[in-house]
Amino acid sequence: MRREVPVIICFLAGALFIGNYFSPKLQPVAQVVNQWAIICIAFAYVLGVANIFRINYQVITRKGKDWIYKVVLIVGLILMIYLGIFRGVKEGTAFNWVFMNAIYPMQATMFALLAFYIASAAFRAFRIRSWEAALLGITAVLVMIGRVPLGEAVWKEFPPFTEWIMNVPQLAAKRAIMIGAALGAISTGLKVLIGLEKTYMGGE
Amino acid sequence: MRNFFEKLEKLDRRVIFIFVGIALVLPLFFPLNIKFSVTAPVKSFYDAIESLPPGSKVLLSADYDPGSMPELWPMHLAALRQLCKRNIKIICTQLWATGSPLAERAFNLVTVGEYHKQYGVDFVNLGFKEGREVVMVSMGNSIPQTFPTDYHGNKTTDLPIMQGVTNFGDLAMIVNISGGLPGTKEWVLQVVSRFHIKLASGCTAVSAPEFYPYLQSGQLVGLLGGMKGAAEYEQLIGITGLGKRGMDSQSVAHLVIFFFIIIGNIAYFSMKLMKKEKE
Repeated sequence: MRREVPVIICFLAGALFIGNYFSPKLQPVAQVVNQWAIICIAFAYVLGVANIFRINYQVITRKGKDWIYKVVLIVGLILMIYLGIFRGVKEGTAFNWVFMNAIYPMQATMFALLAFYIASAAFRAFRIRSWEAALLGITAVLVMIGRVPLGEAVWKEFPPFTEWIMNVPQLAAKRAIMIGAALGAISTGLKVLIGLEKTYMGGE
Repeated sequence: MRNFFEKLEKLDRRVIFIFVGIALVLPLFFPLNIKFSVTAPVKSFYDAIESLPPGSKVLLSADYDPGSMPELWPMHLAALRQLCKRNIKIICTQLWATGSPLAERAFNLVTVGEYHKQYGVDFVNLGFKEGREVVMVSMGNSIPQTFPTDYHGNKTTDLPIMQGVTNFGDLAMIVNISGGLPGTKEWVLQVVSRFHIKLASGCTAVSAPEFYPYLQSGQLVGLLGGMKGAAEYEQLIGITGLGKRGMDSQSVAHLVIFFFIIIGNIAYFSMKLMKKEKE
């Protein structure tokens, strides 16, 4: 029963949503199940927070590797939960202040560092070692230059040319990948629905 | 000579970092003001909003975080400006928790600060709801049920802007500012073909190629790709915002990367030639 019941629930839920896609008559039922799903996902957050506490608490108590960072994580987590629940999240609140003055610049910094690493990676990766590498390197350089104003200043037709690269060769390859991936997803979805694929339940 | 090319081939990445840093910073102080034209996907984005009658309601989904702000914030502000100029009512949602404070700030800066629009009448921030695709599908059935209260705790059904809004059928189009997953791809897959609503997307430059198939098939009515997309969009609206100001830096940085790729290949081929001669 431990395996059969989840498979039956999964099948019924899947069949309901597939049915809802084609028939508006199932909409009221599907909407109720949608609300259940949103509530379940919200509970997953509680589970996630509990898990963060459990794992990090273990490391802190035995003073494991980087335990001091775990303390910062737990303190930050408790602080933000407290501020968010008891002091509100609107502009002008302490929660918003921490978000705008700590999370915002830190995340922006992490993303900005990418520019430097991409430059370094491009220097090493775009070596013309083969025909395929030449094709990749030349296309990358053309798109890179053509998609900034400087490219247009060098050659007026650069932007339309890069748009052609994006709209024809790039798009053809991308669409082929997408269709392949979609067929794979349909097949996996069907296997899950009819109970042939059970790895989502854990175990063997 | 061999020694020189060997060093060049294994150039310390910190040297590259310094050059990229200078290339990014200098144009901010000494702008080059390089002119540029508007590409078709951006023009389509602009035209799609421009074609809406004043008073129609648009869903603006701000699905991003501060990490992708340099690229998405300028287009978010620009989209708000065009919507306000056209007197289009804005219903804003976020599928990323970190998107809510950004959406709120954008409203305060543009909608209230520049256009003096009234909250609850001309625009509303419904806030964040966890559930990704489930939330999208749920909104297709009922927006007030999916978002019973707005970001400020007001009952959604009490707000004047929400009168007559049940689901996507009551909206003119969706504008999605997308930083990743869930974002434009999920809006296309779950909403566009199913609920027959127009979708325009503003996304990061790195994810733009993924959305070109949707643009060509008509599932997207317009696409702003990265900061360049935002800059072109600002040009169409007739403003000089963060997108346009960042273009010089991006141009020079791309040029520096281009030169490093050339240098790397010169060093690589020189070393290869020298090895052959030695043999």
